[in-house]
Parts: sequence; C-alpha cells; structure tokens
Amino acid sequence: MSQVRRHRQKLPWQIILIASIAVAFFLSPFIGLLWRTPWSKFTDIVTRREIRDALWLSVQTSLITSIVCFVFGVPLAWLLARVDFRGRRFIRALMTLSMVLPPVIGGIALLFTFGRRGLIGQYLDSWFGIRLPFTTTAVVMAQCFVAMPFLVLTVEAALRQLDTRFEDVARTLGGSRWYVFRRVTLPSIKPSLFAGLVLAWARALGEFGATITFAGNLPGTTQTMPLATYAALDSNPESALILSLLMIAIAFSILIALRDRWLGRTEQGLPL
Amino acid sequence: MFGRRAFAVVLAPIALFTACTSDSNTQETTTLNVYAASSLATPFELAGLAFEKAHPGVNVQFNLGASSDLARFVEEGAPADIFASADIANMDKVESEDLLDTPPIIFATNYLEIVVEKGNPLNILSLQDLTNSDLIFITTNPDVPIGRYTTEVFKKAGITIAPDSFENNVKSIMLKVAGGEADAGIVYHSEVVAADGEVDGVEIPSDFNILAEYPIGIISTSDNKELARGFIDFLLSPDGRAILSQHGFGLL
Repeated sequence: MSQVRRHRQKLPWQIILIASIAVAFFLSPFIGLLWRTPWSKFTDIVTRREIRDALWLSVQTSLITSIVCFVFGVPLAWLLARVDFRGRRFIRALMTLSMVLPPVIGGIALLFTFGRRGLIGQYLDSWFGIRLPFTTTAVVMAQCFVAMPFLVLTVEAALRQLDTRFEDVARTLGGSRWYVFRRVTLPSIKPSLFAGLVLAWARALGEFGATITFAGNLPGTTQTMPLATYAALDSNPESALILSLLMIAIAFSILIALRDRWLGRTEQGLPL
Repeated sequence: MFGRRAFAVVLAPIALFTACTSDSNTQETTTLNVYAASSLATPFELAGLAFEKAHPGVNVQFNLGASSDLARFVEEGAPADIFASADIANMDKVESEDLLDTPPIIFATNYLEIVVEKGNPLNILSLQDLTNSDLIFITTNPDVPIGRYTTEVFKKAGITIAPDSFENNVKSIMLKVAGGEADAGIVYHSEVVAADGEVDGVEIPSDFNILAEYPIGIISTSDNKELARGFIDFLLSPDGRAILSQHGFGLL
C-alpha cells in the first residue's frame, strides 16, 4: 500500500490531466442522460406495459444466457486451459473474434446459419419443424454468441494461473476427476467465475445488434430493453431516456452488489 | 525526464491523429454530406458518382438509413448538407426545427408492393392472403416511413395483421424476405426493382396503395449550400431523373 502511495506522489501532472479527460469522457454521457431525463414521468413510463414486457424479457433472456454460458463455457475454458490439443489457438482466436466482431455481423452470421434457409436451420425446419428467427430462443442464441467468450476467456485465465497441486493432492486422496473438478477446481476459481458470469450477463443484457438482426423486434417476444429503447427513440424520446436509465441502474446495482468479488480479483492482476 | 518522455508518448498518438484529420482538410476536396432514406440508396449512389465526375474535388458522402433516424440525427446537429426523406412527416420534423434553408422539393415518388420470396412459394396474391397467421410478415416501426405506409395500406384495405417483427428499415425487410427468413413484407416498388429478380413483387391495387412522396431539402447549417443546390439540381435534371426512373421511382 505504501508503495502505491509513493508512486502516486511521483506522477507527473500531465498524466493526471490526461487521465482526468478520460474520466470526464466516460462520466459526462451519464450526466447528460440524467440531465435530459424527464423525472416527473418516470413512474408513468416505467409502469407501461410495453416497457414492463421489455424489462421482463431482458431479465429472463439474459439470465438464461448466463446459465447457458456457464454450462457450456466452463468446460470449454477448462479444455482451453488444461488440454494441449491441435486447434486450441484456433478456438481461442474464435472466441476473441466473436468478442470484437460488430454484433450485427454476428446476427447476420447466425441468420445465415440457423435461419429457415440457413446452413443448419434448413434441416431444423424440414426435419423437426423448428424455426428460430423471430423467437425468444433466437434472442438467447444471439446473446450467447456475443456473451459467452467473456466468460470463457476470464475463466480460462483463472484456470491457467491456478496451482494444479491442489487438484493433484485431491486426486491422490482418491477424488474422482469429476469430484475434483466440482469440489476443488471450481471453488478455487470462484471469484473469476463470478466475474466472467457478470461480464457475460452484462453483455447479454445490453445486446442489440445481433438480436435485432437474427431475432427481429417484436414486443413481448424478441423486443428486449435495448431494442425497446431504440424503438422508442423516434416515437417517444422520453421513454427512451427512462429506459436507458433503467438499464444503467440495473447493470450498476449488480456491479455494486458484486464489487467485493470483483475487486478482490483484479488486485491480484487477473485480466478482466 | 521520465515525466517528459511519458508525456511525449501519450501525446504522440494525439498529434498523429490530429495530423491525419487535418491532412484530409488541406487537400482541396469538399465533402457534401447527403442524408438519404435507405430506399434511395442505389440511385443516390449513382447520382453521387455522376456528380463527383462533373465536379472535380467534390466528394459526396452518403448517410443512408431510416428517414426517422436521419431526421433525428439532423435535429441533434449532425453535419448534414442535404436531407432526403421517404416521407413528408420526417421532413416536417426537420423543417419545424428551422433546420431547412428553403422549403423542401418533392423530387420523386414511389408506391408499395408486397414483397415475397423468389418464385412466391406460398402463392401470396393479395393483401387478404397476408392475414394468414402462419405467415411470417415483417414490417418496421411506425415511425419509419415504410412502417407507417404499411399501416395505412392495411387500414384502407380494412384488414388487421399482427407483424412478426418490426425491423430497423426497409433494407432489413428486403434482406429477410430475400433470404427466406420472412414470408412477406410491404416495401416500395423501387426496392423490388432494385432486388433485380432476387424477390418477387405482388401488386397492391391502387385503391389501397399510397403515393410516397420524397422531399429533399438543404440544411440551414450547411457550409456547402451552393454545392448542395447543385446536387439537387442534378437530381432534377434529365440525367438525374433518368437514374431515378431506372430504379423504379416515379417522377412528378
């Protein structure tokens, strides 16, 4: 701690100035939003049916997405961290790709793959009668596509830094592989797991581009909060402002609630 | 010493960035920013190329999107020189904010068609056929011109349809119908022409159809009003009108 303080005293004012500009850049849009928010209409707008529908759909889909990301993402992270196999770098690059890709492109890709005429979608339709576009399932798929890499890469980093001796000891004491994974590995990476889950969940909650492209935009079925916000911009800018505020409040309160786990891990230098 | 070097490292990219941006200004090109309804994409891009050829040193830059989005951008102070809307309502919004230099001019018209997948596999022949609830029918938000026109058509025909999605703009309807993800939508005749056989158009009887009027205007804050007037004059010239009519637009 004392070391940190000494560094701080030595910092040149120029750096502080430039960093302050960066802070102002991030802070001012929120202030701008608060400034334009029509507070008197807050309860009126929040209790509207289409807003409630969008909020509920967003909560549902982003939670389902988080669960799916956990179920599929953790094993994938484990594989990437622990098993040296051909194509590992390719998979890692694939994860990064879908993280940096504009979500609209992800949506188009999903449409051409899982759509009714898509590479896989055409068989889903003709064999099982499953049509994904314009359904809530498509919303979850779009969210998973953009959100899962956040969980995978966070958990993978944690697994790689983990001291494997604990697991080895557990194995020598007779624990099965599955038991060791559940009772030793997972608990030791719990903070990163939480961080990854929160990141993925937040990303899913804010998903717009892939959702509107792949799942469309129908109130109650595929219109999540960001889509409702966008739709309201034209017809009712006040609703759009309130909706934006609502989303910020939700995301912020979750981050606050988890801040101990969150900060606990960043101080140890794990990539977040 | 360390402080000064760190300062230089931080400032270098900023300086470089400034250099890059000012570089494009020192060259003698003038950029004309044209905000146009997405249905105007193809004819406007062609008109832009022809205009650039006739005016060396001019770069025509398009911002294509839903007229409602563009009207909002202009209202928020986006650097537009020209705004071309697919309906009067969104032009009125801009005009009511005193953002137009002169009253807008109607330069093209359009009408609506039902768009279906190539070959019309579901054999959709009339507005009535769209009421089938198994059908995936998509439109846009009612603030986007095509969405409002679609609502008008249904009202005139006395039918009610629950769309399966409210897309961003008319191009998105085209993409999904052409790709077979949606069964039908209602779009401008010019879109069906532009798709060049990738989709089929089904006529809507004139009793239920609408006449979409496209107004164009010069933004009052523009620094290039002379050039903007030149571009509009080009659209109204025989060459400009030929481009518009080739792409399915009606002329007044």
